[in-house]
Amino acid sequence: MSAAFALLKRDLRLAFRQAGGTGTALGFFLTFVVLLPLGLGPDQALLQRIAPGALWIALLLSVLLSADRIFQSDYDDGSLEIMAMGPQDLGLMALTKAFSHWLTAGLPLAIAAPILGLLINLEPERMLPQAIAMLIGSMALSLLASLGAAVTLGIRRGGPLVSLLILPLYVPVLIFGVAASGGMTQKPALLILAAISLASLVLCPWGAAAAIRAHLR
Amino acid sequence: MRLCAQNLTLERGGKRLFTALHFELQAGTLTRLTGPNGSGKTSLLRSLAGLGDWQDGSLRLAGGHAEFSIGAQSHFIAHQEAVKLALTARENLEFWQGFLGGGDVQEALAAFALEPLADLPAAWASSGQKRRLALARLALAFRPIWLLDEPSVGLDTASQSRLAALMKAHLAKGGIILAATHVPLGLETTHEINLGAA
Repeated sequence: MSAAFALLKRDLRLAFRQAGGTGTALGFFLTFVVLLPLGLGPDQALLQRIAPGALWIALLLSVLLSADRIFQSDYDDGSLEIMAMGPQDLGLMALTKAFSHWLTAGLPLAIAAPILGLLINLEPERMLPQAIAMLIGSMALSLLASLGAAVTLGIRRGGPLVSLLILPLYVPVLIFGVAASGGMTQKPALLILAAISLASLVLCPWGAAAAIRAHLR
Repeated sequence: MRLCAQNLTLERGGKRLFTALHFELQAGTLTRLTGPNGSGKTSLLRSLAGLGDWQDGSLRLAGGHAEFSIGAQSHFIAHQEAVKLALTARENLEFWQGFLGGGDVQEALAAFALEPLADLPAAWASSGQKRRLALARLALAFRPIWLLDEPSVGLDTASQSRLAALMKAHLAKGGIILAATHVPLGLETTHEINLGAA
């Protein structure tokens, strides 16, 4: 466990010290939300209707923005090889890296999204359900992103490829996330969303570790 | 402790690097791994570290911790330094201390005279200094087996003799060192595996 803590500490430190982490994700999110009413016109009723879904799509895209970097820098400088030698479990390391990605991308976005939602006329009473659904759903987003990042390791300019691979897997999170953010089916959808996150928690680190091992061979 | 390879055959990218390689590395010995470029030195070290496959034969460790793989009981110094440029030398070693389990960061810095750089970002270090930072992992956490791939590349003479002293101390503790190198390591080597001749 101490190895996982050391890795988490280092990754958070790197995320704060290097450009392109949390700030870029938040900036991208803000830009998306600002551009939306410019493209759709000042129809307040329309914006209110599409706000939860628009925020979710902005969340998916912002999380993907930094997805390809989850393992890439450790792969490039050889750290990943040493991590894969053990005795620490590589799956636990993959989980730790997905967790630090969530802490630096998913979590701040999930907190900021409902507030930025005011820009596209999100109903105030929907802010809390939106935040809760995004908090739960963004975990699945980071975990799936780590799987995509592991599979595309070593491919130059792998970023767009990660997006292509992972976006289809984001569809269930998007559907149940939007449903959990409001409307009649809120609670069952939230439970299904939580189930998706828990399933990703079990499967993605294991899959990512297998992909990393295959790449190093 | 003994590290044995029997009848080892290794291929990389469809090309056969060597066949039926036998060797036995005893505790307390330094073995030089030699051979021309592309003869499979790095591939052999990676296989030992558990990072690469081999096609035939066996690799086995006798007298170590049976529950750990060979890789888990080894240090592997590869061509890449595994140094994070945005972190200081001390922060880099603090991470490896936590990850590899134990060791004294100050001692590891001192082993390669890195104290003056300790609190500067590693991005400012020269390539030789980064190499020293990578080698400082050897002094940080104890691993019985050291797999070194061209360890002295880019090192100045003072650092080379520090590396030699560190290897000597490791051998005295009963460690095993396998070093792929083209240059003398400043240490008497009695064992050699020549992949070019195989």
